[in-house]
Amino acid sequence: MITGLGPITAFGVGIGPLWTALCEGRSAIRRISRFDPSGFPCQIAAEMPDELFDVKSVVPKSYRKATKVMARDIELAVGAAAAAVADAKLITKAVDPEKPPTIPAARFGCHVGAGLIAADVDELTAALVTSRQLSAVGSRLSAAAEGAVATSLSDEDDLRAESRKLKAESAVDLSHWGHTGMNNLTPLWLLKYLPNMLACHVTIIHDCQGPSNTITCAEASAALSVGESMRVIERGAADACLSGGAEFKINPMGLLRQVYARRLAEADGEVDGVSVVRPFDPEARGSVLGEGGGILVLEAKETAQARGAEWYGELIGFAATQSFCPDVVGVTIEEDGQAIADAMEAALDAAKVKREQIDAIAPFGSSIAEIDRAEASAIKRVFGNRTKDVPLITTVPNVGNCCAGASAIPIAAAAMALKTQTLPARMNTANADGLNANATESRKAELRHVLVVSAGMGGQNAALVLKRS
Amino acid sequence: MSEPRIVITGMGWVTPLGHDLATVWSRMMHGTCGMARIDRFDAGTFPTTFAAQVRHFDFTKYVDDPSAHAHAGLNTQFALGAARQAWEQACLGSANELNKKRIGIYLGAGEGVLDFDTYARTNIAGWDEQANRVDGVKWAEAAFEYMTPQHEVEQEANMPVSHIAFEYGIRGPAYNCLTACAASTQAIGEAVSILRRGEADVMISGGTHTMLHVLGVTGFNRLTALSRRNDDFMHASRPFDRTRDGFVMGEGAGIVVLETLDHALARGAKPQAEVLGYGSTADAFRITDMEPEARGPANAIRAALEEAKIDPLSKDDRGRPPVQYISAHGTGTKENDSLETLAVKTVFGENAKSIPMSSIKGMMGHLIAAAGGVELITCVLTIQNGMLPPTINLQNPDPELDLDYVANEARAAAVDTCLSNSFGFGGQNDALVVRRYV
Repeated sequence: MITGLGPITAFGVGIGPLWTALCEGRSAIRRISRFDPSGFPCQIAAEMPDELFDVKSVVPKSYRKATKVMARDIELAVGAAAAAVADAKLITKAVDPEKPPTIPAARFGCHVGAGLIAADVDELTAALVTSRQLSAVGSRLSAAAEGAVATSLSDEDDLRAESRKLKAESAVDLSHWGHTGMNNLTPLWLLKYLPNMLACHVTIIHDCQGPSNTITCAEASAALSVGESMRVIERGAADACLSGGAEFKINPMGLLRQVYARRLAEADGEVDGVSVVRPFDPEARGSVLGEGGGILVLEAKETAQARGAEWYGELIGFAATQSFCPDVVGVTIEEDGQAIADAMEAALDAAKVKREQIDAIAPFGSSIAEIDRAEASAIKRVFGNRTKDVPLITTVPNVGNCCAGASAIPIAAAAMALKTQTLPARMNTANADGLNANATESRKAELRHVLVVSAGMGGQNAALVLKRS
Repeated sequence: MSEPRIVITGMGWVTPLGHDLATVWSRMMHGTCGMARIDRFDAGTFPTTFAAQVRHFDFTKYVDDPSAHAHAGLNTQFALGAARQAWEQACLGSANELNKKRIGIYLGAGEGVLDFDTYARTNIAGWDEQANRVDGVKWAEAAFEYMTPQHEVEQEANMPVSHIAFEYGIRGPAYNCLTACAASTQAIGEAVSILRRGEADVMISGGTHTMLHVLGVTGFNRLTALSRRNDDFMHASRPFDRTRDGFVMGEGAGIVVLETLDHALARGAKPQAEVLGYGSTADAFRITDMEPEARGPANAIRAALEEAKIDPLSKDDRGRPPVQYISAHGTGTKENDSLETLAVKTVFGENAKSIPMSSIKGMMGHLIAAAGGVELITCVLTIQNGMLPPTINLQNPDPELDLDYVANEARAAAVDTCLSNSFGFGGQNDALVVRRYV
């Protein structure tokens, strides 16, 4: 049973602001403000304004000191967990340490998808510059490399390798770094950046001593985490789990890697960010980053019933698959979406639900042309001539691609759609080929089952079936 | 319907002691130590200057087409090497009728190896001295100049999964988890759970990791978690010794093929051992310290034994404790070794002192995310060979650590059931129970 929703997005913390924005068809995508993005081909993202979230306000007083060693990803997970716990009306150690917790600590699990956390570039560089090789300061790309035009990724690569050879001298004096420079980093520096620190802080704050895991499969991470929580609860290892994911890639390193993986739309500062993300539209030219994700409270039915909890819906089927990736690393996946379709069908089988019973689909819908094509093919493969009749729920145009947190958002939206019997609005898409994905207003709808699909970079896929309770 | 039995049909590893089952096992039996000065970069002035590195390893021998993996990071290379050994021992290569949709993968793999020089060069080029921060525009200009797309994409922790999936055409459930030092034990436990549910017939599982790069070694040095015995590094990793002063970083991969017994027997594969139980808990205590009563580790061990239907206080029909060997997490830090000893005593009571428990980390260092995979394989070899791997460098008994740590020398023992412990930074505790296949 899904008894609590804790999305955290550019619209703020909790399901309220996200759902309102989805239904009103608003996008939070605009020019990046955290740093000057002018050097990147994509200069827009869905950032959460500071006034909407302060991690110190969602942790117990005794834990405020620990917020100093939280990377942004960790803060987001901690905020999402607090929202989910409040939404589910759970008493945890953070809510009231004096009262017995709703879920006994040993029976409370936690599964949080995470990405590769980028070190705070200001903090690290401030330490690195103390050990720089003076002769390397201000070194520029060689003229030979500067003049050349790269025509493909590998040409570009050769070119860079060449330019590196020209500057064989290292940037940092490691000898100085080893005895002096590294001491400019706080002793706990590494602990800000281990991916499992999202779950670590969440489990400490809410006293979850049951099974806990950190799944790192790009955009599929949160959905795989929810699947794992379901597995853990069904095998009797926990009564309830905090489950989802969060990531923050709107930093120079995160942005660079997404550009390199050809996932982002080209959008300079002049572009109106709101209209860039167009899932399944032939005009789709790439995605845009968002920050956040979400954590849900999943509970065994008996546990939820025993405490008289309300629930949004029931998670009745889950499946995971691996796509064939022609490029090995999964920047590209098979265009026919076979493995995505397999995941959808296996989730339907596990749920013992026929495809005719699915009333809406919440896909990744990233606006990355290749991934969109694979997802669209998969949906058509599974739904055949019914495809046009099954409305899609799209969220990336509103909140951007939250990477390891991404798949938590369609799950939260699907749960809310089931509860309110409402389909949120869709943005931007004008001409979705064969899919029910064009921009539209929010509307009431009879929804019994919603299928959620996720296809992550690297080729890992997950599908879930949510049932109205 | 009873739950399917899950067996290990293939094993492979790449470690600082070698790259095949027989060599590494033989070196462990001789108590060989794999430590040396770090030579990947100049660590000469670091607080810790040594580690256990994988040497002379060429992954291209282990893949069909090396060019497909041309940009694979070291972690992925180790994983490909270990996976090939496991795949071949399981005789999956000769199975023509395999349904690749029923083969999944669940790794506990670490992140890629950051190219420190390129990264540092970019950051320094982007530094704005006046503002005392990085200028985004200057940083981006330098980054596009120095950093390559392939290398950056390979940093994500799911890349070993994607490479192995490509190599073997895997289409089933695919996961990577990264729970620090517990990751591969957790991956194997969850892979077993996926098999028991019938979501796959075969799971490739285990882990791979290296943090032997400038920022990895820097991070652990700053945490003061590493041994600093620079002048005597061959004896630096000394689990359970009174004078232990921290762990020694290792690297490598340990990968197993897990399979439902029915599937293995139907295709004529030989089960190497059976996985009986898995337990997983979180300390939920502090980000740095373990809980002083070893609550989390003890509960993980209990949960694994419970799933294996083993009463830790019982004796088997030959009058032995119900577990005859424990592969310790045994990192060689003050805290871990004391609390692991406490956890074992708490769970096994009177039986604790008669169960040999050793740590191979004295020989090969701490393989971080990969440690659990390598240690589970060690358990299987212990069962098969009737020999216990030693805890080397245990010269000064710690009066508070009074279990049988198989000090310094391997010894013969009839072992049918093993427990393998892994406890991670951040508080994840995982344990597996593995038994001789009969």
